[in-house]
Amino acid sequence: MNGRYSRQELFAPIGTEGQAKLRNKHVLIIGAGALGTGSAEMLVRAGIGKISIADRDYVEWSNLQRQQLYTEEEAEQRTPKAIAAKKRLKAINSEVEISCHVMDVSVEELERLVENVDLILDASDNFDIRMIINDISQKHRIPWIYSACVGSYGISYTIIPGETPCLNCLLENVPMGGVTCDTVGIISPAVQMVISFQMSEALKILVEDSLHLRNKLVSFDLWKNHHSSINVDKIKKADCPSCGTDRSYPYLSFSKQTKTAVLCGRDTVQISPSQPMERDLESLDKALSRQQGKVLRNPYLLSFSTAEHRLVIFKDGRVLIHGTKSISEAKTLYHRYLG
Amino acid sequence: MELTVNGNQIQVPNTVKTVAGLLQHFKLHHKVVIVERNAEILEQAKHTETLIFDKDKIELVHFVGGG
Ligand SMILES: [Zn+2]
Repeated sequence: MNGRYSRQELFAPIGTEGQAKLRNKHVLIIGAGALGTGSAEMLVRAGIGKISIADRDYVEWSNLQRQQLYTEEEAEQRTPKAIAAKKRLKAINSEVEISCHVMDVSVEELERLVENVDLILDASDNFDIRMIINDISQKHRIPWIYSACVGSYGISYTIIPGETPCLNCLLENVPMGGVTCDTVGIISPAVQMVISFQMSEALKILVEDSLHLRNKLVSFDLWKNHHSSINVDKIKKADCPSCGTDRSYPYLSFSKQTKTAVLCGRDTVQISPSQPMERDLESLDKALSRQQGKVLRNPYLLSFSTAEHRLVIFKDGRVLIHGTKSISEAKTLYHRYLG
Repeated sequence: MELTVNGNQIQVPNTVKTVAGLLQHFKLHHKVVIVERNAEILEQAKHTETLIFDKDKIELVHFVGGG
């Protein structure tokens, strides 16, 4: 005993009892970007038993401003985030079991990853994976915490199967074409604020103090000085396909997943959205014109070229990503520019 | 018309008559937004028909994807 958790044990709602519970818990973190690195560091310092982290990306220079586990050397080396995160987390607390996965998480991967998991933390960057997490959470009755941020804005909501509404109840359909950190930027106080909301809830769940859960959808804008906290219990739908009585877990079936295909011999990956949609090419044009790259638009499609890749975005939702044969790289670019 | 939106008192033009109009005013109409009017949550389907009045207290929460 070296007293490393003494200040947390002195905090009455946790105590030595809570600390012992924490020690036996396993948290799965989907995504090792800004939110994932922050949450992982807090959990590891707090003395969690085990964390698993999955991420498909590698460290880039533009990550260092807010993704707290990474270094210049890793950006230089393009180290996979999951690997870099594990190295730093091990150095912070060698007592914690850390399992890292360099992978593009979809249904099959998540089914495997959630084994013996007590809580799933969403640190992803898109709604395709969040809807899958949501269905898996309901199917296996594992709580999860939705969290996201962009610009100076952040949002978080804790989903407890059998008690709260689920993300599908709240959203009704998957938001498409929203702003992303790569189009409007992000400041780290917004990241840290979301992490604080997410981690306070995570600690309550892990030490089994469910009475103190916030039970509200929280959002804020640190630049515009807004804060909002609303009770959304009434939105829970008895006929929700994800959490209702006659549930079918729609996002676990192939038809609702974003479909990807490597186009033969063309160094191109095609990504089709999970449901029919029409893209607003004009706003995309505006957003992408602020990026390093060249935008060309006609009534049917928009083409966006960077030094290494070209994205061709069709009005019917499909996107061709030229300059790669890697599905995971293509997905990264897709979510970076299209949300 | 004066509204309290997310805790801040603001003026909106009288041309804004419904919740849907208010979302348009804030350029949130393309987003998925949860709206609470005077402590009551509104289903998305009700945004177009729900009128807003002077001194209403509105909470707007829009969903974003970054992380
Ligand atoms: Zn539901």
